[in-house]
Amino acid sequence: MDRNSLVPLLILIPPSLILFVVFVVLPMVDAATYSFFSWTGYGPITDFVGFDNYADVITHRNFGTSVRNSLIVVAASLLIQLPLAMWVSVALSETGRIVSWMRTLFFLPYMLAEIAAGLIWKFVYDGNYGLVPQIGDALGTKLPFLLADKLWVIPAIMLVIVWKYFGFHMMIYIAGLQSIPSEVIEAARLDGVKKWQIVWHIKLPMIWPSIVISVFFAITGALQLFDMIIPLTNGGPSNSSHTIVSFLYAFGILRMKIGFGAAVSVLLCIACVIVALVYRRVLFAKENE
Amino acid sequence: MAEFAVAAPVTTLSPRRRRRRPMISAIQWLSLALVALFIVVPFYTTVLGGFKGIGELRTNPFGLPAEWDVSNFMGIILGPTLFRSLLNSLLIALCTVVLSILLASMTAFAFAHIRFFGSKFLMSFLLLGLLFPSATAILPLFIKMRDLGLLDKHLGIIIVQVAFSLSFSILLFHNFFKQLPKELVDAARMDNCGYLRIYWYVTLPLSLPIIATVGVFNFVGSWNSFLLPLIALNSDANYTWPLGIMQFQGEYGSDWPKILAYLTLTIIPAVIFFLAAQRYIISGLTGGAVKG
Repeated sequence: MDRNSLVPLLILIPPSLILFVVFVVLPMVDAATYSFFSWTGYGPITDFVGFDNYADVITHRNFGTSVRNSLIVVAASLLIQLPLAMWVSVALSETGRIVSWMRTLFFLPYMLAEIAAGLIWKFVYDGNYGLVPQIGDALGTKLPFLLADKLWVIPAIMLVIVWKYFGFHMMIYIAGLQSIPSEVIEAARLDGVKKWQIVWHIKLPMIWPSIVISVFFAITGALQLFDMIIPLTNGGPSNSSHTIVSFLYAFGILRMKIGFGAAVSVLLCIACVIVALVYRRVLFAKENE
Repeated sequence: MAEFAVAAPVTTLSPRRRRRRPMISAIQWLSLALVALFIVVPFYTTVLGGFKGIGELRTNPFGLPAEWDVSNFMGIILGPTLFRSLLNSLLIALCTVVLSILLASMTAFAFAHIRFFGSKFLMSFLLLGLLFPSATAILPLFIKMRDLGLLDKHLGIIIVQVAFSLSFSILLFHNFFKQLPKELVDAARMDNCGYLRIYWYVTLPLSLPIIATVGVFNFVGSWNSFLLPLIALNSDANYTWPLGIMQFQGEYGSDWPKILAYLTLTIIPAVIFFLAAQRYIISGLTGGAVKG
Protein backbone atom coordinates (compact mmCIF):
# COMPACT_ATOMS: atom_id res chain seq x y z
CA MET A 1 0.00 0.00 0.00
CA ASP A 2 1.53 3.30 -1.03
CA ARG A 3 1.03 6.49 0.88
CA ASN A 4 -1.18 7.96 -1.86
CA SER A 5 -3.86 5.40 -1.24
CA LEU A 6 -4.21 5.88 2.51
CA VAL A 7 -6.34 9.01 2.40
CA PRO A 8 -8.68 7.69 -0.33
CA LEU A 9 -9.12 4.47 1.64
CA LEU A 10 -10.05 6.42 4.74
CA ILE A 11 -12.70 8.26 2.76
CA LEU A 12 -14.04 5.44 0.60
CA ILE A 13 -14.47 2.60 3.05
CA PRO A 14 -15.41 3.81 6.56
CA PRO A 15 -18.88 5.22 5.76
CA SER A 16 -20.13 1.86 4.50
CA LEU A 17 -18.23 -0.05 7.11
CA ILE A 18 -19.59 1.97 10.03
CA LEU A 19 -23.18 1.74 8.82
CA PHE A 20 -22.80 -1.97 8.22
CA VAL A 21 -21.27 -2.65 11.61
CA VAL A 22 -23.72 -0.49 13.56
CA PHE A 23 -26.94 -1.53 11.85
CA VAL A 24 -26.26 -5.05 10.55
CA VAL A 25 -23.52 -6.70 12.59
CA LEU A 26 -24.10 -5.21 16.05
CA PRO A 27 -27.83 -6.02 16.06
CA MET A 28 -26.89 -9.64 15.44
CA VAL A 29 -24.47 -9.55 18.36
CA ASP A 30 -27.13 -7.80 20.47
CA ALA A 31 -29.65 -10.50 19.59
CA ALA A 32 -27.25 -13.14 20.87
CA THR A 33 -26.74 -11.16 24.09
CA TYR A 34 -30.41 -10.38 24.71
CA SER A 35 -31.34 -14.01 24.20
CA PHE A 36 -29.67 -14.92 27.51
CA PHE A 37 -31.49 -12.29 29.55
CA SER A 38 -35.01 -11.65 30.66
CA TRP A 39 -35.66 -8.07 29.63
CA THR A 40 -38.68 -5.96 28.76
CA GLY A 41 -36.69 -3.47 26.69
CA TYR A 42 -36.37 -0.79 29.35
CA GLY A 43 -33.76 -0.18 32.02
CA PRO A 44 -30.52 -2.08 32.57
CA ILE A 45 -30.08 -5.62 31.32
CA THR A 46 -29.26 -7.59 34.44
CA ASP A 47 -31.56 -10.55 34.70
CA PHE A 48 -29.41 -13.37 33.30
CA VAL A 49 -31.48 -16.47 32.67
CA GLY A 50 -29.12 -18.76 30.75
CA PHE A 51 -30.89 -20.81 28.13
CA ASP A 52 -34.35 -20.27 29.60
CA ASN A 53 -35.47 -18.11 26.67
CA TYR A 54 -34.47 -20.83 24.22
CA ALA A 55 -36.33 -23.38 26.30
CA ASP A 56 -39.39 -21.11 26.32
CA VAL A 57 -39.23 -20.71 22.55
CA ILE A 58 -38.84 -24.37 21.78
CA THR A 59 -41.61 -25.41 24.15
CA HIS A 60 -43.96 -22.60 23.01
CA ARG A 61 -47.00 -24.27 21.55
CA ASN A 62 -47.00 -22.08 18.43
CA PHE A 63 -43.30 -22.30 17.71
CA GLY A 64 -43.52 -25.86 16.43
CA THR A 65 -46.37 -24.85 14.14
CA SER A 66 -44.47 -21.88 12.76
CA VAL A 67 -41.33 -23.94 12.08
CA ARG A 68 -43.48 -26.61 10.45
CA ASN A 69 -45.21 -23.98 8.30
CA SER A 70 -41.90 -22.48 7.24
CA LEU A 71 -40.61 -25.95 6.31
CA ILE A 72 -43.80 -26.67 4.35
CA VAL A 73 -43.26 -23.44 2.47
CA VAL A 74 -39.67 -24.46 1.71
CA ALA A 75 -40.81 -27.89 0.51
CA ALA A 76 -43.62 -26.42 -1.58
CA SER A 77 -41.22 -23.94 -3.11
CA LEU A 78 -38.84 -26.69 -4.12
CA LEU A 79 -41.45 -29.22 -5.26
CA ILE A 80 -44.08 -26.99 -6.92
CA GLN A 81 -42.67 -23.56 -7.59
CA LEU A 82 -39.29 -24.44 -9.05
CA PRO A 83 -40.55 -27.20 -11.39
CA LEU A 84 -43.30 -24.86 -12.62
CA ALA A 85 -40.74 -22.10 -13.15
CA MET A 86 -38.52 -24.54 -15.03
CA TRP A 87 -41.35 -25.85 -17.22
CA VAL A 88 -42.43 -22.34 -18.12
CA SER A 89 -38.89 -21.05 -18.67
CA VAL A 90 -38.08 -23.76 -21.23
CA ALA A 91 -40.83 -22.32 -23.44
CA LEU A 92 -40.24 -18.68 -22.56
CA SER A 93 -36.50 -18.73 -23.21
CA GLU A 94 -37.38 -18.81 -26.90
CA THR A 95 -37.72 -15.51 -28.73
CA GLY A 96 -40.93 -13.96 -29.94
CA ARG A 97 -43.32 -11.20 -29.14
CA ILE A 98 -45.95 -13.18 -27.23
CA VAL A 99 -43.17 -14.98 -25.40
CA SER A 100 -41.63 -11.74 -24.22
CA TRP A 101 -45.02 -10.38 -23.12
CA MET A 102 -45.57 -13.50 -21.09
CA ARG A 103 -42.15 -13.18 -19.47
CA THR A 104 -43.07 -9.66 -18.36
CA LEU A 105 -46.49 -10.76 -17.15
CA PHE A 106 -45.18 -13.72 -15.16
CA PHE A 107 -42.49 -11.56 -13.57
CA LEU A 108 -44.96 -8.84 -12.60
CA PRO A 109 -46.18 -10.36 -9.31
CA TYR A 110 -42.60 -10.62 -8.09
CA MET A 111 -42.26 -6.83 -8.37
CA LEU A 112 -45.47 -6.24 -6.50
CA ALA A 113 -45.21 -5.47 -2.78
CA GLU A 114 -45.99 -8.47 -0.58
CA ILE A 115 -48.59 -6.37 1.17
CA ALA A 116 -50.44 -5.70 -2.10
CA ALA A 117 -50.18 -9.33 -3.16
CA GLY A 118 -51.45 -10.43 0.24
CA LEU A 119 -54.46 -8.10 0.10
CA ILE A 120 -55.32 -9.10 -3.48
CA TRP A 121 -55.42 -12.74 -2.45
CA LYS A 122 -57.24 -12.01 0.78
CA PHE A 123 -59.95 -10.70 -1.51
CA VAL A 124 -59.74 -13.69 -3.85
CA TYR A 125 -60.16 -16.04 -0.88
CA ASP A 126 -62.76 -13.93 0.95
CA GLY A 127 -65.60 -16.19 1.96
CA ASN A 128 -68.36 -13.67 1.20
CA TYR A 129 -67.24 -11.43 -1.63
CA GLY A 130 -64.17 -13.16 -3.05
CA LEU A 131 -63.70 -15.33 -6.11
CA VAL A 132 -63.37 -18.66 -4.36
CA PRO A 133 -66.99 -18.82 -3.13
CA GLN A 134 -68.17 -17.81 -6.61
CA ILE A 135 -66.13 -20.61 -8.12
CA GLY A 136 -67.66 -22.90 -5.52
CA ASP A 137 -71.16 -21.77 -6.49
CA ALA A 138 -70.37 -22.39 -10.15
CA LEU A 139 -69.27 -25.91 -9.29
CA GLY A 140 -72.40 -26.38 -7.20
CA THR A 141 -70.58 -26.87 -3.88
CA LYS A 142 -69.87 -24.70 -0.92
CA LEU A 143 -66.14 -24.19 -0.56
CA PRO A 144 -64.76 -23.50 2.92
CA PHE A 145 -63.44 -20.06 3.93
CA LEU A 146 -59.93 -21.05 2.96
CA LEU A 147 -58.06 -18.56 5.13
CA ALA A 148 -60.22 -19.29 8.18
CA ASP A 149 -59.81 -23.04 7.94
CA LYS A 150 -56.89 -24.62 9.78
CA LEU A 151 -56.61 -27.35 7.18
CA TRP A 152 -56.74 -25.13 4.12
CA VAL A 153 -54.89 -22.04 5.25
CA ILE A 154 -51.37 -23.29 4.50
CA PRO A 155 -52.16 -24.66 1.01
CA ALA A 156 -53.96 -21.37 0.31
CA ILE A 157 -50.87 -19.37 1.34
CA MET A 158 -48.68 -21.67 -0.73
CA LEU A 159 -50.71 -20.87 -3.83
CA VAL A 160 -50.12 -17.16 -3.23
CA ILE A 161 -46.40 -17.82 -2.82
CA VAL A 162 -46.28 -19.65 -6.14
CA TRP A 163 -48.22 -16.80 -7.77
CA LYS A 164 -45.88 -14.21 -6.30
CA TYR A 165 -42.48 -15.79 -6.68
CA PHE A 166 -42.35 -18.34 -9.48
CA GLY A 167 -41.68 -15.56 -12.00
CA PHE A 168 -38.49 -14.69 -10.13
CA HIS A 169 -37.15 -18.21 -10.46
CA MET A 170 -38.35 -18.35 -14.05
CA MET A 171 -36.24 -15.27 -14.84
CA ILE A 172 -33.14 -16.84 -13.32
CA TYR A 173 -33.68 -19.99 -15.40
CA ILE A 174 -34.38 -18.04 -18.57
CA ALA A 175 -31.14 -16.11 -18.13
CA GLY A 176 -29.32 -19.41 -17.74
CA LEU A 177 -31.04 -21.02 -20.73
CA GLN A 178 -30.38 -18.05 -22.97
CA SER A 179 -26.68 -18.11 -22.13
CA ILE A 180 -26.28 -21.65 -23.49
CA PRO A 181 -24.38 -21.35 -26.78
CA SER A 182 -26.83 -22.00 -29.60
CA GLU A 183 -24.22 -24.16 -31.38
CA VAL A 184 -24.56 -26.79 -28.66
CA ILE A 185 -28.32 -27.05 -29.10
CA GLU A 186 -28.01 -26.89 -32.89
CA ALA A 187 -25.43 -29.69 -32.96
CA ALA A 188 -27.62 -31.92 -30.82
CA ARG A 189 -30.62 -31.18 -33.01
CA LEU A 190 -28.71 -32.04 -36.17
CA ASP A 191 -27.73 -35.33 -34.54
CA GLY A 192 -31.43 -36.07 -34.22
CA VAL A 193 -31.71 -35.61 -30.43
CA LYS A 194 -35.34 -35.06 -29.47
CA LYS A 195 -36.48 -31.77 -27.97
CA TRP A 196 -37.14 -33.04 -24.46
CA GLN A 197 -33.95 -35.07 -24.47
CA ILE A 198 -32.15 -31.82 -25.23
CA VAL A 199 -33.89 -30.18 -22.31
CA TRP A 200 -33.18 -33.02 -19.92
CA HIS A 201 -29.65 -34.00 -20.95
CA ILE A 202 -28.19 -30.72 -22.18
CA LYS A 203 -30.11 -27.68 -20.98
CA LEU A 204 -30.76 -28.74 -17.39
CA PRO A 205 -27.15 -29.75 -16.64
CA MET A 206 -25.87 -26.58 -18.28
CA ILE A 207 -28.00 -24.29 -16.14
CA TRP A 208 -27.14 -26.14 -12.92
CA PRO A 209 -25.61 -22.97 -11.36
CA SER A 210 -28.88 -21.11 -11.95
CA ILE A 211 -30.79 -23.92 -10.27
CA VAL A 212 -28.48 -23.86 -7.25
CA ILE A 213 -28.95 -20.11 -6.93
CA SER A 214 -32.71 -20.29 -7.22
CA VAL A 215 -32.92 -23.08 -4.63
CA PHE A 216 -30.90 -20.90 -2.28
CA PHE A 217 -33.23 -17.94 -2.79
CA ALA A 218 -36.29 -20.16 -2.41
CA ILE A 219 -35.07 -21.49 0.93
CA THR A 220 -33.90 -18.21 2.45
CA GLY A 221 -36.99 -16.45 1.11
CA ALA A 222 -39.27 -19.03 2.68
CA LEU A 223 -37.41 -18.80 6.00
CA GLN A 224 -38.01 -15.04 6.22
CA LEU A 225 -41.57 -15.03 4.89
CA PHE A 226 -43.52 -12.41 6.82
CA ASP A 227 -45.01 -9.52 4.86
CA MET A 228 -47.65 -11.60 3.08
CA ILE A 229 -48.76 -13.44 6.20
CA ILE A 230 -49.90 -10.23 7.90
CA PRO A 231 -52.50 -9.12 5.32
CA LEU A 232 -53.56 -12.67 4.48
CA THR A 233 -54.14 -14.21 7.90
CA ASN A 234 -52.17 -12.29 10.52
CA GLY A 235 -51.09 -15.73 11.71
CA GLY A 236 -54.63 -17.04 12.20
CA PRO A 237 -56.89 -18.91 12.49
CA SER A 238 -55.89 -19.48 16.12
CA ASN A 239 -52.19 -18.98 15.36
CA SER A 240 -52.07 -21.88 12.91
CA SER A 241 -50.48 -20.03 9.98
CA HIS A 242 -47.52 -18.31 11.61
CA THR A 243 -44.13 -18.46 9.94
CA ILE A 244 -40.96 -18.12 11.98
CA VAL A 245 -40.77 -14.36 11.43
CA SER A 246 -44.46 -13.70 12.04
CA PHE A 247 -44.13 -15.78 15.22
CA LEU A 248 -41.19 -13.58 16.20
CA TYR A 249 -43.30 -10.50 15.49
CA ALA A 250 -46.43 -11.64 17.28
CA PHE A 251 -44.86 -13.16 20.38
CA GLY A 252 -41.56 -11.31 20.69
CA ILE A 253 -41.96 -7.79 19.35
CA LEU A 254 -45.64 -7.03 19.98
CA ARG A 255 -45.36 -8.29 23.57
CA MET A 256 -41.93 -6.69 24.06
CA LYS A 257 -40.49 -9.99 25.26
CA ILE A 258 -37.01 -9.06 24.10
CA GLY A 259 -35.13 -12.11 25.35
CA PHE A 260 -37.71 -14.46 23.90
CA GLY A 261 -37.75 -12.68 20.53
CA ALA A 262 -33.97 -12.52 20.46
CA ALA A 263 -33.79 -16.26 20.98
CA VAL A 264 -36.07 -16.75 17.96
CA SER A 265 -33.81 -14.39 15.97
CA VAL A 266 -30.72 -16.38 16.90
CA LEU A 267 -32.34 -19.68 15.94
CA LEU A 268 -33.46 -18.23 12.61
CA CYS A 269 -30.01 -16.80 12.05
CA ILE A 270 -28.42 -20.19 12.72
CA ALA A 271 -30.80 -21.75 10.20
CA CYS A 272 -29.77 -19.16 7.60
CA VAL A 273 -26.07 -19.76 8.26
CA ILE A 274 -26.52 -23.51 7.91
CA VAL A 275 -28.32 -23.04 4.60
CA ALA A 276 -25.55 -20.71 3.44
CA LEU A 277 -22.81 -23.16 4.41
CA VAL A 278 -24.52 -26.06 2.70
CA TYR A 279 -25.12 -23.88 -0.32
CA ARG A 280 -21.47 -22.85 -0.52
CA ARG A 281 -20.39 -26.46 -0.33
CA VAL A 282 -22.81 -27.54 -3.07
CA LEU A 283 -21.69 -24.75 -5.35
CA PHE A 284 -18.04 -25.32 -4.53
CA ALA A 285 -18.28 -29.06 -5.22
CA LYS A 286 -19.81 -28.40 -8.60
CA GLU A 287 -17.13 -25.87 -9.52
CA ASN A 288 -14.37 -28.32 -8.69
CA GLU A 289 -15.69 -31.13 -10.86
CA MET B 1 -36.08 -14.62 -61.32
CA ALA B 2 -33.08 -16.84 -60.92
CA GLU B 3 -32.08 -14.90 -57.88
CA PHE B 4 -35.48 -15.40 -56.33
CA ALA B 5 -35.40 -19.12 -57.00
CA VAL B 6 -32.13 -19.41 -55.15
CA ALA B 7 -33.05 -17.08 -52.36
CA ALA B 8 -36.37 -18.63 -51.44
CA PRO B 9 -35.13 -22.02 -50.16
CA VAL B 10 -32.29 -20.36 -48.31
CA THR B 11 -34.58 -18.10 -46.31
CA THR B 12 -36.95 -20.88 -45.36
CA LEU B 13 -34.47 -23.65 -44.65
CA SER B 14 -31.42 -22.01 -43.18
CA PRO B 15 -31.02 -22.92 -39.49
CA ARG B 16 -30.76 -19.27 -38.54
CA ARG B 17 -34.17 -18.64 -40.01
CA ARG B 18 -35.75 -21.66 -38.42
CA ARG B 19 -34.44 -20.89 -34.98
CA ARG B 20 -36.41 -17.65 -34.99
CA ARG B 21 -39.71 -19.47 -34.65
CA PRO B 22 -40.30 -20.32 -31.00
CA MET B 23 -40.09 -24.09 -30.49
CA ILE B 24 -43.17 -24.34 -28.33
CA SER B 25 -45.52 -27.29 -28.50
CA ALA B 26 -49.29 -27.18 -28.14
CA ILE B 27 -49.11 -28.56 -24.61
CA GLN B 28 -46.65 -25.87 -23.67
CA TRP B 29 -48.87 -23.15 -25.15
CA LEU B 30 -51.82 -24.53 -23.22
CA SER B 31 -49.94 -24.55 -19.95
CA LEU B 32 -48.60 -21.06 -20.61
CA ALA B 33 -52.14 -19.85 -21.20
CA LEU B 34 -53.31 -21.43 -17.93
CA VAL B 35 -50.44 -19.85 -15.99
CA ALA B 36 -51.21 -16.50 -17.63
CA LEU B 37 -54.82 -16.82 -16.52
CA PHE B 38 -53.68 -17.68 -13.00
CA ILE B 39 -51.53 -14.53 -12.93
CA VAL B 40 -54.04 -12.19 -14.55
CA VAL B 41 -57.35 -13.05 -12.88
CA PRO B 42 -56.45 -11.71 -9.39
CA PHE B 43 -55.21 -8.44 -10.92
CA TYR B 44 -58.20 -8.16 -13.22
CA THR B 45 -60.80 -8.73 -10.52
CA THR B 46 -58.99 -6.37 -8.16
CA VAL B 47 -58.97 -3.50 -10.62
CA LEU B 48 -62.59 -4.01 -11.69
CA GLY B 49 -63.77 -4.63 -8.14
CA GLY B 50 -63.04 -1.03 -7.18
CA PHE B 51 -65.68 0.12 -9.68
CA LYS B 52 -68.39 -2.25 -8.46
CA GLY B 53 -70.84 -2.05 -5.60
CA ILE B 54 -70.40 -4.50 -2.76
CA GLY B 55 -73.41 -6.53 -3.88
CA GLU B 56 -72.17 -6.73 -7.42
CA LEU B 57 -68.98 -8.44 -6.25
CA ARG B 58 -71.16 -11.44 -5.47
CA THR B 59 -73.49 -11.41 -8.42
CA ASN B 60 -70.97 -10.44 -11.06
CA PRO B 61 -67.47 -11.46 -9.93
CA PHE B 62 -65.76 -11.72 -13.33
CA GLY B 63 -67.69 -9.44 -15.69
CA LEU B 64 -67.31 -5.73 -16.29
CA PRO B 65 -69.15 -3.56 -13.77
CA ALA B 66 -72.76 -2.77 -14.73
CA GLU B 67 -72.05 0.86 -13.92
CA TRP B 68 -68.55 2.29 -13.61
CA ASP B 69 -68.76 3.79 -10.15
CA VAL B 70 -65.73 6.02 -9.51
CA SER B 71 -66.81 7.31 -6.11
CA ASN B 72 -64.47 4.95 -4.25
CA PHE B 73 -61.50 6.13 -6.28
CA MET B 74 -62.44 9.80 -5.93
CA GLY B 75 -62.91 9.48 -2.18
CA ILE B 76 -59.46 7.98 -1.77
CA ILE B 77 -57.72 10.35 -4.17
CA LEU B 78 -59.28 13.39 -2.50
CA GLY B 79 -58.59 12.02 0.98
CA PRO B 80 -55.39 12.95 2.79
CA THR B 81 -53.79 9.59 3.40
CA LEU B 82 -53.03 8.01 0.02
CA PHE B 83 -50.84 10.72 -1.45
CA ARG B 84 -49.18 11.50 1.84
CA SER B 85 -48.16 7.88 2.29
CA LEU B 86 -47.06 7.51 -1.33
CA LEU B 87 -44.97 10.66 -0.96
CA ASN B 88 -43.39 9.36 2.25
CA SER B 89 -42.50 6.11 0.51
CA LEU B 90 -41.09 7.98 -2.46
CA LEU B 91 -38.96 10.21 -0.28
CA ILE B 92 -37.59 7.30 1.73
CA ALA B 93 -36.91 5.23 -1.39
CA LEU B 94 -35.12 8.04 -3.22
CA CYS B 95 -32.88 8.87 -0.26
CA THR B 96 -32.12 5.18 0.24
CA VAL B 97 -31.21 4.81 -3.42
CA VAL B 98 -28.92 7.83 -3.58
CA LEU B 99 -27.10 6.96 -0.37
CA SER B 100 -26.66 3.30 -1.13
CA ILE B 101 -25.38 4.01 -4.65
CA LEU B 102 -22.88 6.52 -3.30
CA LEU B 103 -21.60 4.46 -0.37
CA ALA B 104 -21.57 1.11 -2.14
CA SER B 105 -19.82 2.43 -5.24
CA MET B 106 -17.17 4.18 -3.13
CA THR B 107 -16.43 1.04 -1.17
CA ALA B 108 -16.53 -1.23 -4.20
CA PHE B 109 -14.15 1.11 -6.00
CA ALA B 110 -11.64 0.84 -3.18
CA PHE B 111 -11.84 -2.96 -3.22
CA ALA B 112 -11.55 -3.09 -7.01
CA HIS B 113 -8.63 -0.72 -7.51
CA ILE B 114 -6.66 -0.07 -4.32
CA ARG B 115 -4.48 -2.84 -2.97
CA PHE B 116 -4.21 -2.83 0.79
CA PHE B 117 -3.64 -5.23 3.64
CA GLY B 118 -6.81 -7.08 4.61
CA SER B 119 -8.87 -6.00 1.63
CA LYS B 120 -10.04 -9.56 0.86
CA PHE B 121 -11.08 -10.11 4.45
CA LEU B 122 -12.87 -6.77 4.69
CA MET B 123 -14.73 -7.39 1.46
CA SER B 124 -15.91 -10.82 2.64
CA PHE B 125 -16.96 -9.24 5.91
CA LEU B 126 -19.07 -6.65 4.11
CA LEU B 127 -20.64 -9.34 1.93
CA LEU B 128 -21.75 -11.26 5.04
CA GLY B 129 -24.94 -9.22 4.88
CA LEU B 130 -26.01 -11.36 1.92
CA LEU B 131 -26.55 -14.22 4.35
CA PHE B 132 -28.65 -12.41 6.92
CA PRO B 133 -32.08 -11.13 6.03
CA SER B 134 -32.97 -8.00 7.97
CA ALA B 135 -35.93 -9.84 9.47
CA THR B 136 -33.62 -11.84 11.74
CA ALA B 137 -32.22 -8.69 13.32
CA ILE B 138 -35.46 -6.76 13.50
CA LEU B 139 -35.85 -6.86 17.26
CA PRO B 140 -32.39 -5.59 18.31
CA LEU B 141 -32.64 -3.18 15.38
CA PHE B 142 -35.74 -1.73 16.98
CA ILE B 143 -33.89 -1.29 20.29
CA LYS B 144 -30.89 0.26 18.51
CA MET B 145 -33.11 2.71 16.62
CA ARG B 146 -34.88 3.64 19.82
CA ASP B 147 -31.60 4.24 21.67
CA LEU B 148 -30.35 6.43 18.83
CA GLY B 149 -33.62 8.37 18.67
CA LEU B 150 -34.37 7.13 15.15
CA LEU B 151 -37.84 5.72 15.79
CA ASP B 152 -40.77 7.31 13.96
CA LYS B 153 -38.34 9.18 11.70
CA HIS B 154 -37.87 8.66 7.99
CA LEU B 155 -34.14 9.10 8.52
CA GLY B 156 -34.09 5.96 10.66
CA ILE B 157 -35.75 3.88 7.95
CA ILE B 158 -33.37 5.27 5.33
CA ILE B 159 -30.20 4.57 7.33
CA VAL B 160 -31.19 1.01 8.18
CA GLN B 161 -32.27 0.24 4.63
CA VAL B 162 -29.02 1.60 3.26
CA ALA B 163 -27.05 -0.49 5.75
CA PHE B 164 -28.88 -3.66 4.72
CA SER B 165 -28.61 -2.86 1.01
CA LEU B 166 -24.83 -2.43 1.14
CA SER B 167 -23.75 -6.05 0.72
CA PHE B 168 -25.68 -6.69 -2.45
CA SER B 169 -24.93 -3.25 -3.90
CA ILE B 170 -21.20 -3.55 -3.21
CA LEU B 171 -21.20 -6.98 -4.87
CA LEU B 172 -22.87 -5.63 -8.02
CA PHE B 173 -20.59 -2.58 -8.22
CA HIS B 174 -17.48 -4.67 -7.56
CA ASN B 175 -18.33 -7.13 -10.34
CA PHE B 176 -18.90 -4.24 -12.70
CA PHE B 177 -15.75 -2.27 -11.79
CA LYS B 178 -13.65 -5.40 -12.28
CA GLN B 179 -14.91 -5.65 -15.85
CA LEU B 180 -13.99 -2.08 -16.78
CA PRO B 181 -10.67 -1.82 -18.64
CA LYS B 182 -7.93 -1.61 -16.04
CA GLU B 183 -5.89 0.61 -18.37
CA LEU B 184 -8.24 3.53 -17.70
CA VAL B 185 -7.38 3.65 -14.03
CA ASP B 186 -3.70 2.91 -14.67
CA ALA B 187 -3.43 5.69 -17.24
CA ALA B 188 -5.05 8.16 -14.87
CA ARG B 189 -2.66 7.05 -12.11
CA MET B 190 0.27 7.72 -14.45
CA ASP B 191 -1.03 11.23 -14.90
CA ASN B 192 -0.85 11.69 -11.15
CA CYS B 193 -4.58 11.62 -10.74
CA GLY B 194 -5.68 10.68 -7.22
CA TYR B 195 -7.98 7.76 -6.53
CA LEU B 196 -10.85 9.98 -5.47
CA ARG B 197 -10.70 11.93 -8.71
CA ILE B 198 -10.49 8.71 -10.72
CA TYR B 199 -13.54 7.40 -8.87
CA TRP B 200 -15.54 10.52 -9.56
CA TYR B 201 -14.38 11.49 -13.06
CA VAL B 202 -13.42 8.17 -14.67
CA THR B 203 -15.18 5.24 -13.07
CA LEU B 204 -18.57 6.64 -12.09
CA PRO B 205 -19.39 8.15 -15.51
CA LEU B 206 -18.68 4.74 -17.07
CA SER B 207 -20.90 2.97 -14.56
CA LEU B 208 -24.32 4.29 -15.47
CA PRO B 209 -25.77 0.84 -16.32
CA ILE B 210 -24.83 -0.62 -12.96
CA ILE B 211 -25.89 2.54 -11.15
CA ALA B 212 -29.30 2.15 -12.77
CA THR B 213 -29.47 -1.52 -11.79
CA VAL B 214 -28.48 -0.93 -8.18
CA GLY B 215 -30.76 2.08 -7.99
CA VAL B 216 -33.80 0.32 -9.36
CA PHE B 217 -33.19 -2.69 -7.17
CA ASN B 218 -32.90 -0.70 -3.97
CA PHE B 219 -35.82 1.49 -4.95
CA VAL B 220 -38.13 -1.46 -5.31
CA GLY B 221 -36.87 -3.00 -2.08
CA SER B 222 -37.46 0.21 -0.18
CA TRP B 223 -40.80 0.98 -1.84
CA ASN B 224 -42.17 -2.45 -0.96
CA SER B 225 -40.68 -2.81 2.52
CA PHE B 226 -43.10 -3.41 5.33
CA LEU B 227 -41.59 -4.95 8.46
CA LEU B 228 -39.10 -2.17 9.19
CA PRO B 229 -41.57 0.74 8.79
CA LEU B 230 -44.11 -1.32 10.72
CA ILE B 231 -41.98 -1.50 13.83
CA ALA B 232 -40.24 1.89 13.44
CA LEU B 233 -43.00 4.31 12.43
CA ASN B 234 -45.97 5.00 14.66
CA SER B 235 -47.54 8.30 13.66
CA ASP B 236 -49.96 8.36 10.74
CA ALA B 237 -48.27 11.36 9.15
CA ASN B 238 -45.06 9.37 8.70
CA TYR B 239 -46.66 6.20 7.36
CA THR B 240 -45.40 4.66 4.14
CA TRP B 241 -47.99 3.33 1.71
CA PRO B 242 -47.92 -0.32 2.90
CA LEU B 243 -48.72 0.90 6.42
CA GLY B 244 -51.34 3.25 4.99
CA ILE B 245 -53.13 0.51 3.11
CA MET B 246 -53.08 -1.84 6.10
CA GLN B 247 -54.59 0.92 8.22
CA PHE B 248 -57.21 1.63 5.56
CA GLN B 249 -58.04 -2.04 5.34
CA GLY B 250 -58.35 -2.19 9.13
CA GLU B 251 -60.79 0.74 9.10
CA TYR B 252 -63.03 -0.52 6.32
CA GLY B 253 -63.02 -4.20 7.25
CA SER B 254 -64.81 -5.99 4.47
CA ASP B 255 -65.96 -3.03 2.41
CA TRP B 256 -64.05 -4.64 -0.42
CA PRO B 257 -64.81 -2.18 -3.26
CA LYS B 258 -63.13 0.59 -1.23
CA ILE B 259 -60.13 -1.57 -0.38
CA LEU B 260 -59.80 -2.79 -3.96
CA ALA B 261 -59.89 0.79 -5.21
CA TYR B 262 -57.14 1.75 -2.77
CA LEU B 263 -55.13 -1.31 -3.82
CA THR B 264 -55.53 -0.42 -7.49
CA LEU B 265 -54.28 3.11 -6.87
CA THR B 266 -51.15 1.80 -5.15
CA ILE B 267 -50.52 -0.88 -7.77
CA ILE B 268 -50.69 1.46 -10.76
CA PRO B 269 -47.48 3.43 -10.01
CA ALA B 270 -45.68 0.18 -9.22
CA VAL B 271 -46.70 -1.42 -12.52
CA ILE B 272 -45.71 1.66 -14.53
CA PHE B 273 -42.35 1.78 -12.80
CA PHE B 274 -41.87 -1.94 -13.35
CA LEU B 275 -42.57 -1.74 -17.07
CA ALA B 276 -40.13 1.16 -17.41
CA ALA B 277 -37.36 -0.39 -15.33
CA GLN B 278 -37.71 -4.14 -15.70
CA ARG B 279 -34.56 -4.69 -17.73
CA TYR B 280 -32.45 -3.20 -14.94
CA ILE B 281 -34.16 -5.39 -12.40
CA ILE B 282 -33.56 -8.48 -14.48
CA SER B 283 -29.93 -7.62 -15.14
CA GLY B 284 -29.45 -7.09 -11.42
CA LEU B 285 -31.04 -10.43 -10.61
CA THR B 286 -29.04 -12.38 -13.13
CA GLY B 287 -25.82 -10.41 -12.77
CA GLY B 288 -25.86 -10.66 -9.01
CA ALA B 289 -27.13 -14.21 -8.97
CA VAL B 290 -24.82 -15.69 -11.54
CA LYS B 291 -21.69 -14.15 -10.12
CA GLY B 292 -22.68 -14.14 -6.48
